[in-house]
Amino acid sequence: MNAYFRDLFEGIKSLLVGMTVTIKAYFSPVVTVQYPREKNYITPNYRGHLLLIKDEKSGLPKCVACGICERSCPSGCIKVQSEKKEGEKKKTLTGYNLDFTKCSLCGICVESCSFGAIEYSNEYNLAGLTREEFHYDLLKVLKET
Amino acid sequence: MDFFINLPPHMLRIPIALLLVITLVFVNALIMVYLERKIAGHMQYRPGPMEVGWHGILQTAIDAVKLMSKQLIIPDDAHRKLFRIAPLLAFVPAVLPFAVMPFSPELQAVDINIGLIFILAMAALNVMAVFAAGWASNNKYGLLGAMRSVSQNIAYEIPILLSLLAVGMVVNSFKLSEIVSYQENIWFVLLQPLAFLIYFVSSVAETNRAPFDLPEAESELTAGFHTEYSGMGFALFFLGEYTEMFVVSSIATAVFLGGWHGFTLPFFEYSSIVWFLVKTYLLMFLMIWFRWTFPRVRFDQLLNFSWKYLIPFSLVNLLITAVVVKL
Repeated sequence: MNAYFRDLFEGIKSLLVGMTVTIKAYFSPVVTVQYPREKNYITPNYRGHLLLIKDEKSGLPKCVACGICERSCPSGCIKVQSEKKEGEKKKTLTGYNLDFTKCSLCGICVESCSFGAIEYSNEYNLAGLTREEFHYDLLKVLKET
Repeated sequence: MDFFINLPPHMLRIPIALLLVITLVFVNALIMVYLERKIAGHMQYRPGPMEVGWHGILQTAIDAVKLMSKQLIIPDDAHRKLFRIAPLLAFVPAVLPFAVMPFSPELQAVDINIGLIFILAMAALNVMAVFAAGWASNNKYGLLGAMRSVSQNIAYEIPILLSLLAVGMVVNSFKLSEIVSYQENIWFVLLQPLAFLIYFVSSVAETNRAPFDLPEAESELTAGFHTEYSGMGFALFFLGEYTEMFVVSSIATAVFLGGWHGFTLPFFEYSSIVWFLVKTYLLMFLMIWFRWTFPRVRFDQLLNFSWKYLIPFSLVNLLITAVVVKL
């Protein structure tokens, strides 16, 4: 008989506790962000796909086309193209191809670059209909920005 | 025109009331679906519908249009006639109780002697619709849902009747207008708090709403008795459910919360419907609040709760009421 009434009162108590939880939630502010109209702050640490960094003085990419990133990449998704023009000492970059479908964002390329020439972008709106849309030519991307 | 003028006034009163009732039923369903989704959203820290109209206010209207334009699919092995009749069976008994509902001293279509019993009889018919729907679909989930619904409603109809009977004994009448006018000075929720609690809990079960939504239990039975229904068939069940919610809440208002009584407003005979609706919608808010707080009970818990707690308590309450009334 005691258990009968204890069950009843404990049950009622737990129901009331539950109801206070939901009513508190009801009066707390909404956390939803209305995405296309509002956007969350993206931290600078966010790892998007690679980007080349521009040299502020010359306006050219900082990249010297040494190809260390290409060699260090475990997925083999970077292809650095360069040529040595006549009368110049250094190689110039003619194309920096990134196959983002293979990239796992491990970041070894950024760490291994001794010239600080590549960085992560903050781009997260990534959607496409074909896989070729994720084959980026980063040099072209750099020139467009 | 002469024809209408020569009619006795109550003949005209009933069609007009019917028209108003149908309007009320549809508007109520629109409002309730919107409120349910909004309240559910805010209880989970999200805003609910936001896209169609200001704060999603037109969302239910759009949904209604979508449901109306959808095809009604009838499974091959279903019992065709019963399958088509079942949604109507769910909808019509849910609407009929409005004929005797005392919204205000003047706004009551017919005031019959057995008003309360009439409403309960109509509410009980709803079970038959659910059972017909589940059986006619020829679907195992549908049949399981229907069976659950029948045993659940048998278990929960008894405490409803017993708790309302206690009030009937005090007033010595089942006429709804008399029950409401009896509460001019003190509401029955204060005289019969236990009966009110038992009635309200059982009525949540009677309307098949969470935490007693075993007949439809999405996670176990896909959609229970209306698994096979699409388009307007489904919409009628939905409409029936929200109307049923309104009906049980307004019985609770009329019988326990003093019906139309409140601060006196101008044109009291008509305008006191405001108090009636305010109380009814507060109770419905409570039902929505229950739904988004409590997890679904297991079937043995459901039946245990009725037979071990609600029915004994309502019997004791009835006994005490009888003794007090006799003294």
